[in-house]
Amino acid sequence: MAEARDIQVRFVPRLWLSGLWLAVIALAAIFAPFITPHDPLAQDLMLGKLPPVWIEGSEPGYLLGTDSLGRDVLSRLISATRPALIVAIGAGFGCCLSGSVLGLIAGFFGGWSDRIISRIVDIWMAFPPVLLSILLVAFFSPSLTSVILAITVIDWTRFCRVVRAETMQQRRMDYVESARAIGRTMTATLIDEVLPNVLPAIAVLLSLQMGIAVVVEAILSYVNLSVSTDQATWGSMIAEGRGIIYQAWWVLLFPMIALFLTVLAFSQFGEGLKERFDPVLR
Amino acid sequence: MGRNLLIRLGSTVVTLFGVAFIVFILVRVVPGNPIAMMLPPGASDADIALLTAHYGLDKPIMTQFWIWLGRAMQGDFGTSISLRQDVMGLIFGRLPATLELATLALLIAVALGGTLAITAARFRGTAAETGIDLFNGASLAMPDFLWGLTLILLFGVAFPIFAISGRVSPTLDLPFVTGFFLIESILRLRFDIFLDLMRHMLMPALALALPLAAVIAQLLKSSLKEAMQQDYVMLARTKGFSETRVLLSEALRNAVIPTLTLAGVQFTFLIGGTVIVERLFSYEGLGNMAIDAVINRDLPLIQGIILVFALLFVAINRLVDLSYALLNPRFRHG
Repeated sequence: MAEARDIQVRFVPRLWLSGLWLAVIALAAIFAPFITPHDPLAQDLMLGKLPPVWIEGSEPGYLLGTDSLGRDVLSRLISATRPALIVAIGAGFGCCLSGSVLGLIAGFFGGWSDRIISRIVDIWMAFPPVLLSILLVAFFSPSLTSVILAITVIDWTRFCRVVRAETMQQRRMDYVESARAIGRTMTATLIDEVLPNVLPAIAVLLSLQMGIAVVVEAILSYVNLSVSTDQATWGSMIAEGRGIIYQAWWVLLFPMIALFLTVLAFSQFGEGLKERFDPVLR
Repeated sequence: MGRNLLIRLGSTVVTLFGVAFIVFILVRVVPGNPIAMMLPPGASDADIALLTAHYGLDKPIMTQFWIWLGRAMQGDFGTSISLRQDVMGLIFGRLPATLELATLALLIAVALGGTLAITAARFRGTAAETGIDLFNGASLAMPDFLWGLTLILLFGVAFPIFAISGRVSPTLDLPFVTGFFLIESILRLRFDIFLDLMRHMLMPALALALPLAAVIAQLLKSSLKEAMQQDYVMLARTKGFSETRVLLSEALRNAVIPTLTLAGVQFTFLIGGTVIVERLFSYEGLGNMAIDAVINRDLPLIQGIILVFALLFVAINRLVDLSYALLNPRFRHG
């Protein structure tokens, strides 16, 4: 560990750029009710399908235009950061905890525990993920909690596989042998010695999984299986925009860009973490 | 290798059994009487009792599972609640559309990914390689859902070249007897229909193909660059072969094996992706029908579709294993 401190801390631009965007999203989610220029749910049919301000026929008060019910696109975009972020955090950590624990057990103890866990992972991977998430949410009855549960139930395998492989690699290292030799129990060795070495891989995966969760939430609200309609989501905005694509493309485009930047930021943040902390790359 | 294959086959059976069991349990957990939902409203008690006995629902739950499994293996998944038709018939009606879309996407992914990888490896260290790396990074960051939307905006609205909904123009008179429209249009030399099909299928296929193409390009490129450092490539070079010929005839053969394995696994992701991409493009495939089935709580149909998808996933994985064993001489005598 002492060695690591001696090495100059590397400046990783993508870590900062993606971190900056995620911070913007987080602030938007926290302060959403105070910064939306209009009520994201307020309808005004007289102001329906207004284009963004730089296009002719727009209203100056509606920066990114309005949808077919006259709701302000910018306000809905900001308001939708909340469900996106809640699902990213909830489902990200849900998958991370369940998958990592099982992966650590399978990788460290091996034998029967490994055989059973690996078999379950195999069976899980045989299900089409999007279809399964739609099915689960429909059965739990649509809500943010259902979305988080469904993603956790499906995507824990991603963590399980990677953490298992990492742990198996660490298991063969001399330090594990040494810890056992000085009389530490298996569980103590796993938690105090192996886990810290697997943690960087888990952190990278967690960031990636949060991005995936945001997309899955968008897909579920696209097919109208996420939160109820009195909360704007990027997915439901995209669905609305897909229906009126020839009359009002902006209703589709802006939530798409927000979704893309957020997914990109999560995956780049993970890559940046890897670059920053991976001793081999450094 | 024979013994290996037997073990693999055994584990395949266990996996499929597990999938069937989970699908069965999932549907039992859901509230509601499946028999009452299968019959039209106003069915007599005698009808209900008859159908309950037919599906063995009056027996203990484990007996029910075996009866259900036996019927499922014969292709009998019961009757769709929302569409009032045989589930297997409905699935076979839609499956060809999804298979054609997925296969077209796979072909595009392999062609595009392969071309990019070979180009990048041939011109390694130049701006061409950097450009291809950037394209790969962007393709990987964007899920198929977003690719679909981007393509709709680009080539459906901004430059309206392609159709954004459906599989074929409804005005066309289709002379087909099978569900494989694309293949049949070629066989019957009906290129007018073929072009119309492509106008509808190219965008969803591309949305599915681009992330996979990036994966293929990245992996094949790194294997190719590695292969170009090997002794046998050096030997071919000293024989005076051109760089392109060395790449295509010597390095590619060895670099393709690891790529194939990964592409196979990724192909199952692509098939999973058809569910939402079909929805996005209102494409009349299995995935689109699956979403409707879920929204309508059509349990027999959901069961059937999930099992068919799982069967496809497992079959692809086994095919990849098999082709891996056949292609790689080191594994031929395992």
